[in-house]
Amino acid sequence: MKRTLLIALWASFLFLPFKGVTAAAILFAAVFTGLTTIQLARKVGPKFLNIQNYAFFQTSVLPHFRSSILPFLLVVFLILPAVLKDYYLDVLIMAGIYVLLAVGLNVIVGFAGLLTLGFAAFYAIGAYTYAILNTKLGLGFWPSLPLAASFAAMTGVLLAIPALRLKGDYLAIVTLGFGEIVRLVLNNWDSFTNGPNGITGIEPPFFFGFSLGSLKAYYYLVFLFVIVSVIVIRRVEASRIGRAWIAIKENEIAAATMGIDTTKYKLYAFAFGTFWAGAAGILFAAKMRFISPESFTFMESVLILSMVILGGLGNTYGAVFGAFILVLLPEMLREVQQYRMLLLGMGLVILMVFRPQGLIGGTKRVHTGN
Amino acid sequence: MNGLTIGSVYAIIALGYTMVYGILELINFAHGEIYMLGAYLGIIFLGIFTAMGLTASNLPLALLLTIILSTVFCAAYGVTMEKVAYKPLRNAPRLSPLISAIGVSIFLQNYVMLTQGATDKVFPLSFGESHLRFLNVEITQLQAIITIISALLMFGLHLFIKKTLVGKAMRATAQDKTMASLVGINIDNVIAITFVIGSGLAAVAGVMVAAYYGLVNYSIGYIAGIKAFTAAVLGGIGSVPGAMLGGIILGVVESLGAAYVSSEYKDAYAFIILLIILLIKPSGILGMTSEEKV
Repeated sequence: MKRTLLIALWASFLFLPFKGVTAAAILFAAVFTGLTTIQLARKVGPKFLNIQNYAFFQTSVLPHFRSSILPFLLVVFLILPAVLKDYYLDVLIMAGIYVLLAVGLNVIVGFAGLLTLGFAAFYAIGAYTYAILNTKLGLGFWPSLPLAASFAAMTGVLLAIPALRLKGDYLAIVTLGFGEIVRLVLNNWDSFTNGPNGITGIEPPFFFGFSLGSLKAYYYLVFLFVIVSVIVIRRVEASRIGRAWIAIKENEIAAATMGIDTTKYKLYAFAFGTFWAGAAGILFAAKMRFISPESFTFMESVLILSMVILGGLGNTYGAVFGAFILVLLPEMLREVQQYRMLLLGMGLVILMVFRPQGLIGGTKRVHTGN
Repeated sequence: MNGLTIGSVYAIIALGYTMVYGILELINFAHGEIYMLGAYLGIIFLGIFTAMGLTASNLPLALLLTIILSTVFCAAYGVTMEKVAYKPLRNAPRLSPLISAIGVSIFLQNYVMLTQGATDKVFPLSFGESHLRFLNVEITQLQAIITIISALLMFGLHLFIKKTLVGKAMRATAQDKTMASLVGINIDNVIAITFVIGSGLAAVAGVMVAAYYGLVNYSIGYIAGIKAFTAAVLGGIGSVPGAMLGGIILGVVESLGAAYVSSEYKDAYAFIILLIILLIKPSGILGMTSEEKV
């Protein structure tokens, strides 16, 4: 009780200069009642209020995920365009693009344990590659696709070769710096990228002469990409490469001692992860028909990272889930739109303190000899 | 001369990064936001004093009170941040506190944006362009004041760390936390003091920059944070004199680059320096290398 009072007092003291006495008093009351309610609920309420207690979810829901829930979800997503309004389809398409980004980043951060804070740069490279190939050379979506994705992967490797000599935090900062440099170049290289005005008039993809520019068609295209990416990444995760990544993440020195060429596998992680970012970039460019450096800021990188962390580092389904939550939630809570980033920041701290393994949690697959 | 002024401000912010890193091995990503809070608090408090008439009657007192109050509040924010977002994660994997720090940074940015508005805030006082001549270099009064205050703060911090008992405890904690706690040093207190000092310094830097540029925005913390971090890395992270050196080098390079190469890429110089330093000599100019053990 005394502690709650002190916390509330402290919070309102910090708040005081920013909004004045009345607002600080309101904050005091809000924090005090909020904390008291939580305490009461913890004492008398059911166990699920304790966010560390997910026993039900983990024992009853997760084991059935692949056998019954996943096919059901797939069917739902297949028939959704028939019933949804265009607006929601649009949101779902964006969710799909973020899924690609999140599963890609999850390869680097979640599997190989290399914190990357400039992932939006590869997204931007994918998008700009297609935008420039399409508007300057008239190249279509399909021939550009492998070019954009592999160009993103190539830059990923080129950044990683020198950057991988660094560890943890420093690697994070280098990738952040790289992300900012890419954005600044896109913003200032007017003759090539049209600077802050961005590139307009990008073509949608065509399929045997049919434009896939309509929302429904595009929805299925993105859906296809998502399915392919998840399947491919799950397969790679289960392969020798995936196991090497996990080993490196768990203990790099031990992994090297076991004969794993750590640098090589880290480069694979960068190439493979950034490849999906490039794919997401081209999908984004072809959907929006217009891109500008504004879509690829540091905040974008943080948002993608939040998706991966929210779902649980190292869990591909978790990354998919995290991407959906972070795209759909703000759309559902229109009234709190302006508090979106505030809540995201708060959420990251709360998640790290109370549930660092994410909502779903990193899965540890047990590999048997056969 | 602009380079030296801005460089000394970077140096002061960099001290906060380097001290926290020295003790916790944590890149306090939200440190730049504390500086931003300092700039806003400076404008808010000076606004209040102007409304009270204190600025008109006694300018130095009003400025002094503004700086002191901003420092107090920023220190409070810094300590709160440490207690809420970093302390519970002290034994967590290293990714966790870094992500938590990013969370704090986003939170504080949006917190200020929502409470103070997204538009630029104007510093309620403008300093005249009265020039001083010093050794054939022309500087404005404000530039001189900022540089002198920064130098004094850096010197004061240096003395504090080298001469006082608390400073000794900080050095001991930076070397080995377990050993320090075994000889009776309260680690939690030392870390709290580190955050108080680091945030207080950032607050002073914030107020000075607000006065210097006359405009602040809720997003200034991010870029200033990166630059100060670059300064800290440049000088050798964990090293206090290194941070000072790094800040001044960065400030000078930046203003020379803006003047002679291209001003469009002004903000990119810090990143480029950062990348080069990290890739060539991650331990910085005055830093020490540490071997990683299993």
